[in-house]
Amino acid sequence: MGEGARAVWAIAAKDLAIEWRTKTAFVSALAFAVLVLAVLYFARDPTAVASLDVAPGALWVTFSFAAMLGLNRAFLLEQENRALDGVLLSGVPRPAVFLGKMLANLVFVGAVELVSVPLFILFYDVPLWHRVPELLGVTAMATLSFVAVGTLLSAMAVRTRFAELMLPLLLLPFLVPPVVGAVQVTARILAQRPLSEVAGWLKLLAAFDIVFLFLAIFLFEATLEE
Amino acid sequence: MTSRDRAWLLARRGSVVTAVALLGLVAVYVRALFFTPIERFQGPAQKIFYIHAPSAWVALLSFAVTGLLSVLYLWLKDRRLDLGAAASAEIGVAFSVVMLTTGPLWGKPIWGTWWTWDARLTSTLFIFLLFVGYLVLRGALSDPEVRARYSAVLGILAIPLVIFIHVTVYLFRTLHPDPVVLKPEAPSLPGEMLVTLLFSLAVFTLLYAGFLTQRYALAVLRELEDQEAADAVS
Repeated sequence: MGEGARAVWAIAAKDLAIEWRTKTAFVSALAFAVLVLAVLYFARDPTAVASLDVAPGALWVTFSFAAMLGLNRAFLLEQENRALDGVLLSGVPRPAVFLGKMLANLVFVGAVELVSVPLFILFYDVPLWHRVPELLGVTAMATLSFVAVGTLLSAMAVRTRFAELMLPLLLLPFLVPPVVGAVQVTARILAQRPLSEVAGWLKLLAAFDIVFLFLAIFLFEATLEE
Repeated sequence: MTSRDRAWLLARRGSVVTAVALLGLVAVYVRALFFTPIERFQGPAQKIFYIHAPSAWVALLSFAVTGLLSVLYLWLKDRRLDLGAAASAEIGVAFSVVMLTTGPLWGKPIWGTWWTWDARLTSTLFIFLLFVGYLVLRGALSDPEVRARYSAVLGILAIPLVIFIHVTVYLFRTLHPDPVVLKPEAPSLPGEMLVTLLFSLAVFTLLYAGFLTQRYALAVLRELEDQEAADAVS
């Protein structure tokens, strides 16, 4: 393992260890995800709209809202006692700091998603068990870009006066392309159609991931103190 | 000449440009209403196009200028670039509002609907929302140096995002065509209408230049005041 990769892992492991000891954020994000899934199930006219029709949208609204809760926490931890200064003083290259924070966020959001998917299948009664790998694949693709942008924006949002409101305001526009793409792909998966039908959407998701991952790594430097 | 005098001079020049542009705007109204033929199918409703399209153009222009100045700021770290980006964003909000209100006014009689999730409409709506986010972010940061860096980051991220949103919605609609045929106004315009449109575009661009100069000079002056106040305290 290279020097950089070790640094990335050390930072991610630090954040995950903090989370593992309390589990407060994880438990609340998960409870929140279950609540959103349940509320959205009832947010329709059952005689007119089948639960299957709202299922892809419900899943992605749940994921993005739950992720936003987790993202806010990432840099809040570093605010206390100016912990981020300590991390930066350790001489770890800045892109590695970003990738470490992002990796921890990915694990956090990914864990919430992993637990929500079976609940979603149960709640919405979608015949999906054998297509879970594909669903997880598209989930990973859509999650990567919004966690990358979200990590970057949360580094800025924590320094503002109303951080909890600032992150959703800044991040939600960035959710449009990945969420639209993911909902389209999820709908095809639920309709038992092959993924080849949504090749265009998968390409869009991949392009979005690449562009915003690189931009986020590159711009992270500018969010830190000189 | 002190920097304060220079800023005042710039503000005065900006107000001259704005005054000329406002006179031009009156001329645009007169020409559009009285000296441009009424469109055969759309009737008088089409006249709003001479305000709507130039506003959209200025909104897009200010968005691009904010993005460009953001890139340059992170590169050169010159405070003036940041003030320019912010000034452009504020004007962008104003013209986005004009664009987003004149659009539905025209859409209701012509399309039969106030709003539709077409690629252009959606991406311009998000340009407006990103501008608002940009200005809210600026307002929530008190340190000018941090504010400049953070807003530059957002300004840069917004450019590829809007392109992606445009492509996304385009793809969304081609997969699920809308039953209502909604086509933007005809690209080929008869001569007299084209002249009115081009004239209006020029006037709106001049208006943008005037506003930008004035707003920028104001930001410089405010900054000088803040500095003086800080110096007086210390």
